[in-house]
Amino acid sequence: MSSVIEVYGLRKTYDEVVAVDDVSFEVLQGEIFGMVGPNGAGKTTTIECVEGLRQPDGGHIRLLGEDPSTAHTAISECIGIQLQESAIPARLRVGEAMSLFGSFYTRQADARDLLDHLGLTEKWSTSFSKLSGGQKQRLFIALALINQPEVIFFDELTTGLDPQARRAMWDLVRQIQDQGRTVFLTTHFMEEAERLCDRVAIIDHGKIVALDTPEELIRSLGVEKQIVFILPDGPSELPLTDLPQVDRIERSGERVVVYGHGERFAGTVVTALEHAGIGFQDLRTEQPTLEDVFLALTGREMRE
Amino acid sequence: MRGLKQLIFINIKLYLREPIATFFTLAFPPLLILLFGTMYGNDPLPLYGGYGAMDITMPAYSALVLGTVGLLSVPITTGGYREQGILRRYRATPLRPLTYIIADVLTNLVITLIGMVVLVAFGWLIYQVQFEGHVLSVLMAVILGGLSMFAVGYLIASIVPGARTAQVVGMVIFYPMMFLSGASVPLEVMPETVRRISNFIPLTYVVSLLRGLWFGNGWGEHLTEVIVLGGVLVVCAGLAARFFRWE
Repeated sequence: MSSVIEVYGLRKTYDEVVAVDDVSFEVLQGEIFGMVGPNGAGKTTTIECVEGLRQPDGGHIRLLGEDPSTAHTAISECIGIQLQESAIPARLRVGEAMSLFGSFYTRQADARDLLDHLGLTEKWSTSFSKLSGGQKQRLFIALALINQPEVIFFDELTTGLDPQARRAMWDLVRQIQDQGRTVFLTTHFMEEAERLCDRVAIIDHGKIVALDTPEELIRSLGVEKQIVFILPDGPSELPLTDLPQVDRIERSGERVVVYGHGERFAGTVVTALEHAGIGFQDLRTEQPTLEDVFLALTGREMRE
Repeated sequence: MRGLKQLIFINIKLYLREPIATFFTLAFPPLLILLFGTMYGNDPLPLYGGYGAMDITMPAYSALVLGTVGLLSVPITTGGYREQGILRRYRATPLRPLTYIIADVLTNLVITLIGMVVLVAFGWLIYQVQFEGHVLSVLMAVILGGLSMFAVGYLIASIVPGARTAQVVGMVIFYPMMFLSGASVPLEVMPETVRRISNFIPLTYVVSLLRGLWFGNGWGEHLTEVIVLGGVLVVCAGLAARFFRWE
């Protein structure tokens, strides 16, 4: 697959502070690429350098084969940008915003279709300032899609949204990918990166500390998997200690935690329990998450 | 210049949706005319060279509208747009910065002209004010005066940190200008000291250029005004271009 974004050795400092330090990555055609990290890690600086809105101090960026800092107008025609901090005039109405921003581009999508798709049709005549946080964010997506872009950038798309609105945004981003567009997003929600992105770059203190698919990042941790269940009938001999996938078993009262590894770990344990006729309840598996990956890589919790 | 027409159209709509700005540009000058017209009438006076108080008020208040738009609207809107990230959002499109500025300048000129038309229509209906100049000539003077005042406004917007400061700085500059330039009170009734101060106020030259052309003077009689306003325009626009920030 060809890459639509290439970044090599990107460096950006503000006064004395190094915001981005020797960052390199590629974004492939048609993927959802996520840059995840705590606030101030350098995500926004990186995405805005790629968008051509900030001038890098060093390194080399190609977006759709062009240098975004010199070919800003030409590249803007083919990309869609949702900015972390921006607005449109308070009294500008949704429909007016769509036709105004549409008029800046040679290629235009149908504004009504877009708003329809984003559930904003009824807000056509509503002023920007009267929209809710989620509606504003959806309008920004609509504005970013008005030119039928090949690459679309989302900077902290779901920050400030409630969990339900956040999930709705994920669906929208997947639909954008389904239309064949490439998505480059930043987020400080590990869960968002894990659920939504094909590949994730974890960034901390201006450096990329890991870059892979979420599954591979988690697997590479080598963290033990866990199966937790309840034995209401009290203690009984468990036929698990001989299984090669099982590392150890912890019991406290009715609660049992089985630690293990391997692809077929959960299946093997459940089959063995069933086979021995043991009446377990509330069985669930616990997987390590990207959160654990971040903790392992940086030694810090990744919390808001 | 893609997007220019749409941007001007939307800008004008947005301007008219701001009640305070609309009041000061469109309603305030006619209200002043009603007030001062009731007080002074429009009888010809030797003090005003044989014109009535309302006659000379027409070009003066036109200058007042230019000053309001240039020194208050421009810095407050531009500073606010930058502060709220609206300019950033425009920068994330292929819209060229020059197109944005041209659209903004043309919008402000159109607003000013609408304000002037309302004002003159009002003056003509109530006091049958006189006009002895050439429309085109006055229009040119409005453009020159407007561009120079707008340039001051963009310069304020470029050097102050935010919309609030822009508003304060705009007002601090605007209110003395308004009273000392002859835009609101004719300089003829002012003491000599005030008139000497008014020589240092750019808006004074807008007033006197508009007034001269309004009553049939030629451009040749107003070279000082043209030079001063041209100078203000070039210097302020140059500095604004140097210091303007999109975010």
